[in-house]
Amino acid sequence: MDLATFWFILIGVLWTGYLVLEGFDFGVGMLMPFVGKTAKGKRLLLNTIGPVWDGNEVWLLTAGGATFAAFPEWYATLFSGFYLPLLLILIALIVRAVAIEYRSKINDQKWRDRWDLAIIISAWIPSILWGVAFANIVRGVPIDETGTYTGGFFNLLNPFALLGGAVTLALFLSHGAIFLSLKTGGDVQQRAARWARGASVAALLVGAVWAIWLQLAYSNNAWTWGALVLAAIGLAGAAFFSFIQRHGWAFIANALAVVGAVTLIFGAIFPNVMPSTTDPAYSLVVHGDTGLVAASSHTTLVVMTWVAAIFTPVVLAYQAWTYWVFRRRLTEDHMPEHNELTFDKQSA
Amino acid sequence: MEALELARWQFGITTVYHFILVPLTIGLSILVAIMQTAWVRTGNEKWLRLTKFYGKLLLINFALGVATGIVQEFQFGMNWSEYSRYVGDIFGAPLAMEALIAFFLESTFLGLWIFGWDRLPKKVHLATVWAFAIGSNLSAYFILAANSWMQHPVGTAYNPEKGRAEMVSIWEVLTNSTTLAAFPHVIASAFLVAGTFVSGIAVYWMVRKHRAGEPKDSADMSLYRTASRFGAVTMIIAGIAIIVSGDVQAKLMFEQQPMKMAAAEGIMETEDGASFSLLAIGNLGGNDPGSVKHILSIPGLTSWLAEGDFNATVYGVNELQRQYAGTSDAADPIVPAIEGYEVDGSTRPNLAVTYWSFRLMIGLAAFSAALALTVLWFTRKGGFVTQGWMRKLALVSLPMPYLAASFGWIFTEMGRQPFVVAPNPSFTGSDPVYLLTTHGVSTAVDTFEVATSMIIFTVIYAVLGVFWYRLIARYAQEGAPIVEEPVVATDADAPLSFAY
Repeated sequence: MDLATFWFILIGVLWTGYLVLEGFDFGVGMLMPFVGKTAKGKRLLLNTIGPVWDGNEVWLLTAGGATFAAFPEWYATLFSGFYLPLLLILIALIVRAVAIEYRSKINDQKWRDRWDLAIIISAWIPSILWGVAFANIVRGVPIDETGTYTGGFFNLLNPFALLGGAVTLALFLSHGAIFLSLKTGGDVQQRAARWARGASVAALLVGAVWAIWLQLAYSNNAWTWGALVLAAIGLAGAAFFSFIQRHGWAFIANALAVVGAVTLIFGAIFPNVMPSTTDPAYSLVVHGDTGLVAASSHTTLVVMTWVAAIFTPVVLAYQAWTYWVFRRRLTEDHMPEHNELTFDKQSA
Repeated sequence: MEALELARWQFGITTVYHFILVPLTIGLSILVAIMQTAWVRTGNEKWLRLTKFYGKLLLINFALGVATGIVQEFQFGMNWSEYSRYVGDIFGAPLAMEALIAFFLESTFLGLWIFGWDRLPKKVHLATVWAFAIGSNLSAYFILAANSWMQHPVGTAYNPEKGRAEMVSIWEVLTNSTTLAAFPHVIASAFLVAGTFVSGIAVYWMVRKHRAGEPKDSADMSLYRTASRFGAVTMIIAGIAIIVSGDVQAKLMFEQQPMKMAAAEGIMETEDGASFSLLAIGNLGGNDPGSVKHILSIPGLTSWLAEGDFNATVYGVNELQRQYAGTSDAADPIVPAIEGYEVDGSTRPNLAVTYWSFRLMIGLAAFSAALALTVLWFTRKGGFVTQGWMRKLALVSLPMPYLAASFGWIFTEMGRQPFVVAPNPSFTGSDPVYLLTTHGVSTAVDTFEVATSMIIFTVIYAVLGVFWYRLIARYAQEGAPIVEEPVVATDADAPLSFAY
């Protein structure tokens, strides 16, 4: 296997890590009004992801950085082409990061409610848009001979892409609900388990339709049927285990579904990284004789391979340790009445 | 305005804004780690209180810093796709390393630190704040390696077939002389910001407590006195490091980017024994540079800054422009001729911006020096700061090193124009690596899209900035908290020591 293909796979791995980890962060955010319900319940939800959400988000920055380093053309075409959706995602991520950190800094219900609303909205937006973005990559977009996207904004809002948005939405809802079923107790846990059942079935249904559509209409490779089956088993498993209340297994099944889905997406476009609908000869490719080779030079890929080989295991080790440290199941009773260093609203 | 100008403004706004937050995180993370270390080693409650007090302020600051940093990772692709295509092979590497090596460390261990007070043994918990602080400082190294490559491209070769700059040696990129000078300069300025912050707030409190009749032997007075001196010593060390590294940087800059220094000095025509201008009048940015009059200057200083010789030759902006255009009759040009370069006002740095930003960078940092020296003077031999005017000086000084750092970056980036990747003067081959800013902008993005994102970012940043400021001010005004000794929770039902 050549290094460019290796990096194509590695970027798939980074996206898998991102979707598995921030997928439940987004799910938890989206479910705050439905599973959290009360002021205390919402707070409990937020604190299940409190110690880890920031580290989870770095998977996205690493996927972005790795794409820049290993496939500059891909990075350039993708982010300048998908300009407005990416802008919306960035805005959501910015507001969400600040909202999570600031919501408990002033002891005032109105203050908290407003930031919570920001957290909720900024979880829904990227949950839909990531699916839209990935579906458009698979479907192909208009790209000219210089590798420049020529499609405009509304070209990105096609039925296949919108269904893709529904897939990530349902998947993250189910993932978040399953995570909460694992991490919480009491009434909140009951509500989360109920949502896990509903959302996992929804994810299975829309996921299956979308994946088969993808495979039949857009896949370059027959072997991705295997990835499709893996994703389907994962989604079905998540639903099954949600119904029999084995949420640990449901979580693993959902993670497996993400692995399958990313493999399906990346496998379907390979050896392209961004297929062009204008002319297949304009597609950005990992390697090959036709199309615009998007990969970096051999020297760069060798350097980056060493860096990844040394540091990825280290990152995995300390992130795993973080999850171990904060493994305990939380209930509303664990929420402190009053934080050390939280001040009441200042009277004018 | 065209998409190009909007994209430049957007980069300027988002980056300067981001860099208002970054220096405090870089410097204060280490200072808080030192405070916590002092607490773990001495058991003195004073240090725990300081850790919690400044730690909270650090977190409020970090949140917005991290949020605005996300944009930086993607903005190159969004607004500067042609730049990304040209440099990605080499420029992407330090960015990816930054994420993998520094951001993961910083973000993961920050979560452990915030939520770990009652989960982790004391020493392990102390290690998490150090890991966080080291991550923050490491990220500065990688991003400066990337930026320095734009100032002085090394370890690279132009690939005519792909039409891009490619990596020859990552080692040369990471040990670029420009990086090795910029890193200590930026880190030291971050410590100047953090030292001023710690000392300034402590002085404010010392005077306030004293005015409220608090006796000098109280725990609070002692705590603020310690913090004010800690911050002052930090400022002094940082200040010396800034001067030394800045001098090295200036000498490198005369060699690597002579145009930037000539513009900074408002030197239009080549001079021997060039003086350092303190005050200039006339239209620096205009098309008639001849109107510029230097009314106050120190003879020979610019030459000395350039080469350590008061009589050294400093090339002027006009001569350098002719050399870039290939029309100079100089026997030994110091910058390469660039294809298609035309001599006009748009192909040199904005003279007014570079001249004044360079002076403001140096001048504003002087506030920190004044604060540091007065604090050390008044607190000598067990003394306290009690003067009302010191409280004013402390508050006025707080924003100054931030502004100095911002002007430093404005100078560095604006002084590089019209290039986004400046050509390396010591390159001798046939295809130099360089890119004009005008050729870096995205071709797929229209003016409407850039304008939209610019308006949205500016508005959101402004709103979040208001909350950031109010929270920082609020937490600073609450003073150092009374704290309980943290203990590792053994009871599974015990409430969390901290929750969002």
